[in-house]
Amino acid sequence: MVPETTGMPKLHMAIFAILFVFLVALPFFVYPIFAMKVMCFALFAAALNLLLGFGGLLSFGHAAYFGGASYVAAHAAKVWGLTPELAVLCGTAAAAFLGLVIGSLAVRRQGIYFAMVTLAFAQMVYFLALQLPFTGGEDGIQSVPRNPLFGVFSMETNIPLYFFVLAVTFGGILFIYRIVHSPFGQVLKAIRENEPRAISLGYDVNRYKLMVFVLSATFAGLAGATKSQVFQLASLTDVHWSMSGEVVLMTLLGGMGTIFGPLAGAAIVVTMQNYLATFGAWVTVIQGVIFVLGVLLFREGLIGVLARWFKRPL
Amino acid sequence: MFELLGIPPQVLLGQLLLGLINGSFYAVLSLGLAVIFGLLNIINFAHGALYMMGAFVAWMLLNYLGIGYWWALILAPLITGAFGILLERTMLSRLYHLDHLYGLLLTFGLALIIQGLFRNYYGISGLPYRIPDLLSGGNNLGFMFLPNYRAWVVVASAAICFGTWFMIEKTRLGAYLRAATENPVLVGAFGINVPLLIMLTYGFGVALAGFAGVLAAPIYSVNPNMGADLIIVVFAVVVIGGMGSIMGAILTGYMLGLVEGLTRVFYPEGSAVVIFVIMAIVLLIKPEGLFGRAA
Repeated sequence: MVPETTGMPKLHMAIFAILFVFLVALPFFVYPIFAMKVMCFALFAAALNLLLGFGGLLSFGHAAYFGGASYVAAHAAKVWGLTPELAVLCGTAAAAFLGLVIGSLAVRRQGIYFAMVTLAFAQMVYFLALQLPFTGGEDGIQSVPRNPLFGVFSMETNIPLYFFVLAVTFGGILFIYRIVHSPFGQVLKAIRENEPRAISLGYDVNRYKLMVFVLSATFAGLAGATKSQVFQLASLTDVHWSMSGEVVLMTLLGGMGTIFGPLAGAAIVVTMQNYLATFGAWVTVIQGVIFVLGVLLFREGLIGVLARWFKRPL
Repeated sequence: MFELLGIPPQVLLGQLLLGLINGSFYAVLSLGLAVIFGLLNIINFAHGALYMMGAFVAWMLLNYLGIGYWWALILAPLITGAFGILLERTMLSRLYHLDHLYGLLLTFGLALIIQGLFRNYYGISGLPYRIPDLLSGGNNLGFMFLPNYRAWVVVASAAICFGTWFMIEKTRLGAYLRAATENPVLVGAFGINVPLLIMLTYGFGVALAGFAGVLAAPIYSVNPNMGADLIIVVFAVVVIGGMGSIMGAILTGYMLGLVEGLTRVFYPEGSAVVIFVIMAIVLLIKPEGLFGRAA
């Protein structure tokens, strides 16, 4: 067998290529804002999956990095007048820093406690977003300007912005793919499968956990920062615990520990929210039902089932 | 009366009382979580939703059936506890052989369903629940005004906490429970019906949440969202205390309620986050929690 670390298998390359062509054509057929929303959430779910699916760590507070980055990026674009790529960079850096602070505390506990700690810190970030002077309280940061990309290309219309978002999110997802299939990713899998053994082999497990936590938070931040530029808005919804739950749902539904699962899960959940928006609180109930059914009957997720049928990792 | 650091004693004591009341809810809820976690190894994310359900059941008993507060205090925990047993039998029991994280995910989904359903039928504005006649009014203690109902909440929650502690630590049933927590297979081999014990434990933990909900109904308005934010704070309380000991869960709950009350006096902006800050400090100094055993 060829080791997984020697480049991308043909099947994955083909899927990524088809996906890319599909996404390039997509904005000419569907509402670009909707497509951009799906892509941002796909990156967000892929970031969570890096931690949950490959690192075996359940963070129930990823909204903190997603929403935190969206606040910083919105502030950077609106108040500092930064161009989109710099604003996104600022937001992402902020998320990485937040991930480092929270992660270094959270990795001190395992399993269920880890989930509770991340959730509790995310709630703290939520309160900060509610109270800090620059976040605009209940209103959030509204009407964020769409500054020209690199100071040159106008982002006022949706199509140029769409290709910026496509480049950022697709690049992010490929980057995550690369991390998973690197030697670092192999060590992560070893830790997930058998932590005591990884320790006895001499790996500093907590350092690896922290590194994957920071990486995951960074990509979640990249997704959130990009979303703030699309919707020209940073709001409390993005930092609320229900957002953390939603991204876990996307990952679970698509298939934890699969490559394409989070993307599929994000597409399904965002589409569902779009069509069910008129039903109000029923959306929450339906999401809860999917959660329950997913955990009870469908733990592999959609792509996980496909991977089992085709006997290939997907 | 003298002033302490420029704070009038009425304000200080008033906030301490408020803290003690919040602490009562933290204590009862984290106690329920600890009891459930001890035997099932599951963190019951639905705990907040079931607490809310307890308050709603009390409201429904009063408004649909005319059953008052005192009966509700007994009936609502029983009803929510029975509902919990139903959840345990039909769903949770299928997950015991899996990673514990699935239990968290399942109960999170259940919380979404329960909260969503109540929000659909009752909106989010909150429903009033009147303080029972016997406990309305209050007493002037000279240095502060003590509403009777609030005093009752503190007394009732302390009594239920003590009762639970006594039952688990001092009775034969509690001994079975503690033994099953240590080694369920061995206890089963001695002829004790462990699945039944697990079912009743979950039901009891949920009933505690329902009880807290009834206590809360006259203080806070009965609202579908009342449990959602509370449960996250209770998670932080549980992380701080560690779930190894029953008494630890209770004491941490009261203590953090008081700390929160004090913060509201001296630094109001920090009161929403003080518990999370304490959690961070505890994770740095004693990661297994104040009363926890090393993992």
